[in-house]
Amino acid sequence: MLPAVATALLALAPLVYLVVRALEDGVGTAAGLLWRERTAWLLVRSLLLATAVTAACLVLGVALAWLTTRTRLPGRRAWVVVAALPLAVPTYVAAFAWLSFLPGLAGSRGVGAFVVLTTCCYPYVLLPVAAALRRADPAGEEVARSLGLTAWQAFRRVTLPQLRPALAAGGLLVALYVLSDFGAVSIMRFDAFTRVIYNSYSSAFDRTPAAVLGLLLVAVTLVLVWLEGRSRGRAGYSRVGQGGPRTAALVPLGRTAVPALALVGGVTAVSLGVPAAALVYWTARGASTSLDAGELLPAALTSLGVAALGALVTTLLAVPVGVLAARRGGRLPRLLERASYLGHALPGIVVALAVVFLSLRVVPALYQELPVLVLAYVVLFLPLAVGAVHASAAQSPPALEEVARSAGSSPAAVLRRVTLPLAAPGIGAGAVLVFLTVMKELPATLVLRPLGYDTLATRLWTETGVADYAAAAPYAALLVLLSAVPAWVLTTRTGERS
Amino acid sequence: MRARPLSRVLTTALVTALLATTAAGCGDDEDEGLVVYTGRNENLIEPLFERFTEETGIEVTARYATSSALAAQLLEEGSSTPADVFLSQDAGALGALQDAGALVPLAPEELDRVPAQYRSSEGAWVGVTGRARVLVYDSAGVDAATLPTGIDGLLAPEYRGRIGYAPSNASWQAFVTALRVTRGEDGARSWLEGFKANAPQAFDNNVLILDAVDRGELDLGLINHYYVYEKAAATEGGLDALNAEIHRFAPGDAGNLVNVTGVGVLQGKADERTARLVDFLLGEEAQTYFAEVNKEYPLIAGVQPDVPGLPALADLQGPDVDLSQLDTLEQTLALLEEVGLT
Repeated sequence: MLPAVATALLALAPLVYLVVRALEDGVGTAAGLLWRERTAWLLVRSLLLATAVTAACLVLGVALAWLTTRTRLPGRRAWVVVAALPLAVPTYVAAFAWLSFLPGLAGSRGVGAFVVLTTCCYPYVLLPVAAALRRADPAGEEVARSLGLTAWQAFRRVTLPQLRPALAAGGLLVALYVLSDFGAVSIMRFDAFTRVIYNSYSSAFDRTPAAVLGLLLVAVTLVLVWLEGRSRGRAGYSRVGQGGPRTAALVPLGRTAVPALALVGGVTAVSLGVPAAALVYWTARGASTSLDAGELLPAALTSLGVAALGALVTTLLAVPVGVLAARRGGRLPRLLERASYLGHALPGIVVALAVVFLSLRVVPALYQELPVLVLAYVVLFLPLAVGAVHASAAQSPPALEEVARSAGSSPAAVLRRVTLPLAAPGIGAGAVLVFLTVMKELPATLVLRPLGYDTLATRLWTETGVADYAAAAPYAALLVLLSAVPAWVLTTRTGERS
Repeated sequence: MRARPLSRVLTTALVTALLATTAAGCGDDEDEGLVVYTGRNENLIEPLFERFTEETGIEVTARYATSSALAAQLLEEGSSTPADVFLSQDAGALGALQDAGALVPLAPEELDRVPAQYRSSEGAWVGVTGRARVLVYDSAGVDAATLPTGIDGLLAPEYRGRIGYAPSNASWQAFVTALRVTRGEDGARSWLEGFKANAPQAFDNNVLILDAVDRGELDLGLINHYYVYEKAAATEGGLDALNAEIHRFAPGDAGNLVNVTGVGVLQGKADERTARLVDFLLGEEAQTYFAEVNKEYPLIAGVQPDVPGLPALADLQGPDVDLSQLDTLEQTLALLEEVGLT
């Protein structure tokens, strides 16, 4: 319980900063900033974009998860991995890639932002849903079929309800990501809420409006997290029986194999193919620029290092929160879990400035050192790990822990020998999600990186800053390739055992 | 049995992290050097810092981010900032720090090297390079002879939906401020309303506007001059090979505004070393470098850069505006918001 409280307090720390800054010019100014037509209008636009992207990701995520886990899709095992790889593509790379082929997408009433965010984010739904499908006991569906339901009815009335926690968790991550994203919306010229926040720094050099709007974003996050809690439902999702669940029989696709392949192939071709083609195109066009391996290698190592550290620390802090939330209903565990989501919808620059403010007051010696940078990653990406741990712990039956307790094990021993090993795949998945996201992170890294640190993302930013896409391409390519390895580990490890 | 994969993943992660961060840890030895926060691009400014170190023996460690993020960071850091010098991409960020009392006044002999219109009236910062606002046009699709002699001509119905601009760009906002200063609030509002009624296309930055014009997808764009010369330098055949071309308005028109990038020293950090860096940035070598590499205007008399097609700074004839009056960005943003051009 205590570690979970500590983690939640850490996640809530930026709130202190936001409140201090928001009220700096008095409550009246803050209220005035909120009470503007433009603020409301932009929030509505951002929420509409988030809704559209989340809906599209839910549909794509479920379709792809079902096809790759439950059907005889040709090349099924390869598709499992390939379909999750877009997670490794940063939205700013994808956005630039799309624009280099279809410049008209920019400013196209949000179509560009929608396409980029959907193709980059659907794995957030695909991964938990696929994992849930593999773990779910097929017995329920078989009973439903034997009682006369069609395959579709059985899916809708038996399988889909079982997927509710996974759908809710994945959908929430997508929605929060869309709200906090700046790369895709700014490159695609979609006037979103985050753009106002950035503009208030870049044009007014004023931190008060940004803090007020940040608080508004926190309020929206609270509503979304509450909605997620509601849609998750109160039902239990673990199973108790002899041995593990059987592997579900794979559905033969027959004549529908062709459209199914077209769907899976099309989605991945669009999500991965467009960025890949753009990288090749940029590299080829700027053949004169020589690749500076002396810059590339250290940046790659630093990226891997900070991402691994970020993933490690974030996951360690997330475990108590996730396990507690899954094991004990109760108000406090739920509150702690929800608190961990607050940083995720805030733009990186806002969290970064909050960390500047707090670290200079609490641990000035560590300012602009690695630990403080890692701390910012924790605040930003905690929910990725908490969600994965929670989902995984919720699916292992509490009865096993009760048995261990009654057999005389101490609570610590139960945690170490029963709970954690059972939740291990989920914990690993959470760590990989955080790793991938840290690899791509830019705004907080720019502000908080120790002097002299260069990551692949910051080098990419430097090269695109002088419009040198040819020089930027190797950094982008390496960023995607290095992220593809853990993405591959993630998909193969979460359950595909036969 | 199932616990092993997790611990293996974690161990691997830890080992990789430690190895990699030790490898990258070469940034820790900046004890005696200067710390510079800069919004300028690393690729373009790093060679100049290296030359400075060669010449003076003073190490420079830089933090690179956007000028606005760095200004916010410096304001947040206050007196605990590790930064000695702020080399900003625009005068606005320096103005914000000056207003917060975060900058030390510079020595008069440094300030006097730059014409009065290109430095802070309070002496808190000095301009390093200049950049001019220009109109670029698609030379294949637009007849240069028909282009207007001033920004008012852009409000004509024939340009409806054909002009690109970057609403979040600091230079665009500085231009609007100059418009307010020269024409008064009502005059500026009336131009902006006319501009908005002409349905201009909003872009995220100047590079995207120039690229669109050069590809012939956009007819006209309001950008800074150096983007064109940089693109020319990166293109085979140079300036002549570009489809996008520069159109200059008549002398004194607000559309010709010349703004600066500048440098300031943080409070409590003024010493021999910071003075030498400011001196170096205003020296002939650095000024020539900025002109030839970044295609920006030198602000020191007597520096003649070798940039094909770049007119002399004195010939630009921008509007008669005191740059230190351009620190009323708040009012500019309020006006832009009121008009609905954000």
